[in-house]
Amino acid sequence: MSEARAAILARLRRSLPRSADEQAAAEATVHERLAAPAPNLLPARGQLDRDGRVRLFTDMARAVAAEVELLDELEAVPAAVATYLRRHNLPQRIVVAPDPLLDLARWEGQPLLRVRRGDAEPDDAVGVTLASTGIAETGTLLLTSAPERPTLLAFLPETSIVVVFADEIDGAYEQSWARLRAALGTPPRSVNLITGPSRTGDIAQQIELGAHGPRRLLVLVVDRSPPLDD
Amino acid sequence: MEATSLRFRERAAGALENAQLQTALAGIKVGWQAGRARAAARLPEFEQLRDLGKAIKDHTLAHLDLYLEAFEARVVEQGGKVHWARDAAEARGIVLELCRAAGARSVTKSKSMIAEEIGLNAWLEANGLRVVETDLGEYIIQLRREPPSHLVGPAVHLTKDQISDLFVEHHGGPRIEEPAALVGEARRILRQRYLEADVGITGANFLIAETGSAVTVTNEGNAELTQGLPRTHIVIASLEKVIPTVEDAFTLLRLLGRSATGQEFSAYTTFVTGPKRPGDLDGPEAFHVVLLDNGRSAMVGTAFREMLRCIRCGACMNHCPVYLAAGGHAYGWVYVGPMGSVLTPQFIGIEQGYPLPNASTFCGRCEEVCPVRIPLPRLMRLWREEQFRKALVPPTARWGLRLWGALARRPFLYRLTARWAARALRLLARGRGRLAAAPLAGGWTGTRDLPAPQGGTFMDQWRRRRR
Ligand code: SF4
Repeated sequence: MSEARAAILARLRRSLPRSADEQAAAEATVHERLAAPAPNLLPARGQLDRDGRVRLFTDMARAVAAEVELLDELEAVPAAVATYLRRHNLPQRIVVAPDPLLDLARWEGQPLLRVRRGDAEPDDAVGVTLASTGIAETGTLLLTSAPERPTLLAFLPETSIVVVFADEIDGAYEQSWARLRAALGTPPRSVNLITGPSRTGDIAQQIELGAHGPRRLLVLVVDRSPPLDD
Repeated sequence: MEATSLRFRERAAGALENAQLQTALAGIKVGWQAGRARAAARLPEFEQLRDLGKAIKDHTLAHLDLYLEAFEARVVEQGGKVHWARDAAEARGIVLELCRAAGARSVTKSKSMIAEEIGLNAWLEANGLRVVETDLGEYIIQLRREPPSHLVGPAVHLTKDQISDLFVEHHGGPRIEEPAALVGEARRILRQRYLEADVGITGANFLIAETGSAVTVTNEGNAELTQGLPRTHIVIASLEKVIPTVEDAFTLLRLLGRSATGQEFSAYTTFVTGPKRPGDLDGPEAFHVVLLDNGRSAMVGTAFREMLRCIRCGACMNHCPVYLAAGGHAYGWVYVGPMGSVLTPQFIGIEQGYPLPNASTFCGRCEEVCPVRIPLPRLMRLWREEQFRKALVPPTARWGLRLWGALARRPFLYRLTARWAARALRLLARGRGRLAAAPLAGGWTGTRDLPAPQGGTFMDQWRRRRR
């Protein structure tokens, strides 16, 4: 369909007539803008110190029906998960993203909890994933795909449990993305920003949770990041 | 979809008498309209973000050719493919070809206005594919074989009872009345469809030139299941969806949810870039983007370029007195409300869309709330001028306008006529202060009385007060 491509671009150029100089300037402008992306405006709301960001993140996530628990360290995660499942009358069976960081949580400390590492199958009820960052401004989680971080695990199961380190909670989306860009260069296949559980207002404008994605979202904010390996 | 915009008057009249529809439309005011006001008030930078949003779109449109080329290059680098379609037929052909190449029998779709614009579902179904809409609202109107009546809430015109009836008819089983149970039933049925699908088709709220990503925004999580489960993911989007950088997307995303439903942020915003990477446990093997022109490349060179800033938030219709009375279906095509009144004639021609730019009280609410500051009333007025030029305006109205024009340009004559008219109306009212009928005003007096002028004309009163 290169014929269509040429025709569309030709018509666009007729609609946007530029002299040779203007063309060169336009190309330079576009090149510059793409080469050095910069935030347009960061709302003041999220620009707080670490504690302030964690507090705002928690409040905003709770306002959209997510449950948020603050834990001291990663080793507290399995017990928090088990307690949560009991409270909601859910079976003690979870699928955990095969992420070495999540392995550090020592799931074997909860012998009643049956844990599978991997991606979600259609019948799995509970998925546990690790968010790359959190965003305080709207209580949003940012998940990135990778072999050890399958995307569907946060979407298929009815209950989604997401771990995020307090150190990784930024004030604004752009600040998270800038760190992602610095670490990875190009984005991974899927970057999912998640703000509360799935919802719909399509039946008589009444908000119902759990339309297609998770009906419940538990966010575990872990205060102490695990030490980096050398 | 065949346009029925010429029947606007008749359908709007029917809508006013449809009690179920009026209940549904009334909900928009307390829900989305009030929600937007609250969300805007909560973010001090909101007005500034609107200026920035407008500037991002204006900048992109002025360099649209270059950003599209950059976008395509990035998609290809990430292992995806870009297909360019001049018009609806070409786009439908490309999508069908891609489905065939994937050996597809079953297709899931998340909400896309572009798919509606090109009549994609009907075409794929006519070619033997099963197409299932996954956005709950879209699924509902697909069962009803109806077009969407709202940009954001395609089934907003239906009450809970109508949906209960619809589900009994299509799913069988006992009648469910609880909204939560209705959502649960749709979830159960659609879950199966996701798993069966060979191809997932999504729209895109934004395409990002910097990274070659497509951005989808949903509250249900249906876009992620639509594109994440099948082997092939096809994105269909129109040219003007491209924007420069991820940062630009975030500026616009801050406006989108707040303007649409009053949410601080929609539940799911996803950036997808190319197909599955080596080692990934999920994701599609093939990633295609179909770029649709359908008249937009020419529109860029006209005064209607401003309309291409639209981010499809629906705020203009949520605040439009005409939309809130007539509902979306009266507009007779895919795009409804004020944005539809400007956009639809572009696609179906001003002859077929004649009533739309006239379906406005010019109250200006739409422009006041449009996150990217599109001057919708002015653009509707441009269409009206076009109608006048093309002699599409009925003779009586043309004479009326000419006569008024002739008077308005002669102040003395204008004042004299106004004075006579005021006096005549007062006499006709015979001291009751209002008229049950008046010449040339049947449309007004059909449902209410016309207050008779009290005292002199405005100009006379103005002069008296100033002294
Ligand atoms: S015209 Fe403006 S208000 Fe209407 S849908 Fe588009 S962006 Fe939203």
